Amino acid sequence: MLGGARSIVMQQIIISGVGGQGILFITRLLAETALEMGGSILISETHGMAQRGGNVISHLKVSLRADQAGPGSPKPFVSPLIRPGRADVLLALHPDGETAHGYYLKTGGITIASRPAPPGPSVLDATRMAMELGSPVSANLVLLGFAAGLGALFCPPERVRATLERFGGRKLEISLKAYDAGWDEGRKRLAAAGSPPPGPAAS
Amino acid sequence: MTARTIHLGNEAIALGLLEGGCTLAASYPGTPASEILATLIRHRQSGKLPIHLEWSINEKVAFEVALANSYAGRRSAVIMKQVGLNVAADPFMSAAYTGVKGGLVVVVADDPGPHSSQTEQDSRFFAMMAKVPVLDPSTPEEARRFARLAMEISERYEIPVMLRPTTRVCHARQDLATGVPAVMDAEPAFRKSPARWAATPKFRLLLHRELNEKIQAIARDGELLPSAVEGFEPPGARRPCIVASGVVLAHVREILGDLGPGSEVTLYAVPMPHPLPPSFRDAVLRDHDRILVLEETQPVMELQLQDRAQVSGRLNGTVPSAGELLPETVEGILRSFLGLPPALEIVIPAAAGRRPTLCAGCAHRAAFFAIKKAFPKGIYPGDIGCYTLGLNLGAVDTVLCMGAAVSQASGFYHAYRSRGPEAPPICATIGDSTFFHAGVPPLMNAVVQDARFTLVILDNSTTAMTGHQPTPAGGVTLEGKTVPALSIEAIVEACGVRFVRAIDPYRLGEMIDLLKEADAHVRAKDGGVAVVVARRPCLMDRSQARSGEVVEILVTSQCVGCGLCVKLFECPALIWRQEKEPIEIDRVLCSGCGACVHVCPHEALAASRPSGA
Repeated sequence: MLGGARSIVMQQIIISGVGGQGILFITRLLAETALEMGGSILISETHGMAQRGGNVISHLKVSLRADQAGPGSPKPFVSPLIRPGRADVLLALHPDGETAHGYYLKTGGITIASRPAPPGPSVLDATRMAMELGSPVSANLVLLGFAAGLGALFCPPERVRATLERFGGRKLEISLKAYDAGWDEGRKRLAAAGSPPPGPAAS
Repeated sequence: MTARTIHLGNEAIALGLLEGGCTLAASYPGTPASEILATLIRHRQSGKLPIHLEWSINEKVAFEVALANSYAGRRSAVIMKQVGLNVAADPFMSAAYTGVKGGLVVVVADDPGPHSSQTEQDSRFFAMMAKVPVLDPSTPEEARRFARLAMEISERYEIPVMLRPTTRVCHARQDLATGVPAVMDAEPAFRKSPARWAATPKFRLLLHRELNEKIQAIARDGELLPSAVEGFEPPGARRPCIVASGVVLAHVREILGDLGPGSEVTLYAVPMPHPLPPSFRDAVLRDHDRILVLEETQPVMELQLQDRAQVSGRLNGTVPSAGELLPETVEGILRSFLGLPPALEIVIPAAAGRRPTLCAGCAHRAAFFAIKKAFPKGIYPGDIGCYTLGLNLGAVDTVLCMGAAVSQASGFYHAYRSRGPEAPPICATIGDSTFFHAGVPPLMNAVVQDARFTLVILDNSTTAMTGHQPTPAGGVTLEGKTVPALSIEAIVEACGVRFVRAIDPYRLGEMIDLLKEADAHVRAKDGGVAVVVARRPCLMDRSQARSGEVVEILVTSQCVGCGLCVKLFECPALIWRQEKEPIEIDRVLCSGCGACVHVCPHEALAASRPSGA
């Protein structure tokens, strides 16, 4: 069964991009998914002047709920910020984000990036894919689907998709399309590499 | 398992205020505080709560409105960012003396960093100066609890209580127990007491004595005492201790958990940094030889722990005196204090990333371009808002505080007055909301002191930077009731300005001509201050209708790839890859305003009406 409190992995995720790319939205999607799975979350967001086209970063920390943690389980996070060199995952929606925020990633952590080039095992051009779907603003969901499809996140891809469906809204259909396109690509990459979906990168 | 909902720190504060029985809240928007009143508005609508909410014209006004509601025995809140308290300092200091009847929570959000502010000032010092208590939450969950507690303490002791969150609490999200707020409307009961509410200096001395008694009693209140954090309790041995409050406390808890062996230390969580309870102060100084104080942004608790031999913090250089206490900074301080080896150093790229800029299609950009064209050698006093970003375009020379563009334009005029016709033109810019907030008194002053300058009021019909809060020109209350809409032109005229003209900044050529006309009025013998209202609704404000034609921008073969349009105009929709390569248009970002057509010196940008339009 999915969703027991025990199934939640502690994870620290940096989501980085520029203002207007929908960083806050995908952070919220992941956070709601964690909550649904019985986890507890802390987020730190960028607001104000920086949102006007500047670099935007979200910190997302997922842990067990304090009241569900056993005596041996790790302590839940209490600080909303991730320290440099501690992030398990970096989701970079913009190449600038990789350079600006790469230092948050821990040794052995995984960067999942959107950029036209150069390619890489966890790189795709989410903007181009979203444009091909006729919705350039959905690049954030393409990248999120890709990350989930690669098995890099604390949650299985279908759980994030379910949250997206629960959010609903006018643009749901195209949002799901974008997410699925990313998810498919992630699955393909895994198949090509001949490996089963890896376990999530955990704290 | 109780239901849990994810809340922004500011949403948690709003929830706490409602749970504390708040019947009126007034605020002026400002990052990082803006979402508190916005959340209250949502709750009022969804829960049909009998509560008066307003975006006041400025923080001083907001404070006084909320205070009178408290005088009438009803619980109130006033909400602002830290520099807002500078504006509201006058009523704040005095209200400490008069006290309140219904609880009054003064929510002041500080911005260590600073991320979106002019200063890193610590509002807890304001609380100390005014002799009022201040609560300093470390998480959204605590912020909700403290908001309610602040309301209760305020009413119990009849004193305003400050709740001081910082950016990292305001803009953190956390899952909290779901709450459905309900407000009990309290009967208004203003009891006349001139010796208190209208005290003359003689009675003020008595009120000051009463204030001293209140603050001493609060310092002894058991509900507000610091406590040792679970897992880091005081042992028998005289080990070192850490005294912390605010989000730094959250960082410390998490880092100490990670450090493991060698980090045996007592950690005290302080809910109320001022007044620091004397019993706590004495016990800490007695029980610990070495004390590290961690707090943002200035040494408020540290100054109350007077022993300089035992206490480490900002005063002896253990903690940096400027900048945010990021967890990595805190980790370094903790390791050094505990004698642990330093953490592996991680190189952080200096000033990486892109700077903020005005949105594609922003009318402010066009207005700034016109100003630069009309007054190439001008002095440009600027102000606080999105349009501060005019500094990217070289059209903003000074940014001080709300409303200062107008008074500083006067000051620059008097500085250069002796130069006569040689004096540089002065063209100040201020946004519509900022003009209402603090721009009117300096405009009256400028007129009666015979200052001469052009003032451009950038009117986008909203408070854009902080999330599109309404302005007094909207003509409608938050409850949707129609009220008189204030006219900027009428106010300007009433201030004694005789040259007032409005223009759409998308009409670049016409705006440049108008600015030159304004300058002629400024320089005429019988002239004066000239005001140009550059009016076009904010593109990002979805509540306002878009007007005007949307065009498609074509890059013609005349483009030589000089990049001037990018350098001078900085529209994010213009992409310049390299020298001599033609400009590209980002079709996703381009709003089709067509302003850039007037910018290119080679006339290489053309506007075409999209087919079918």
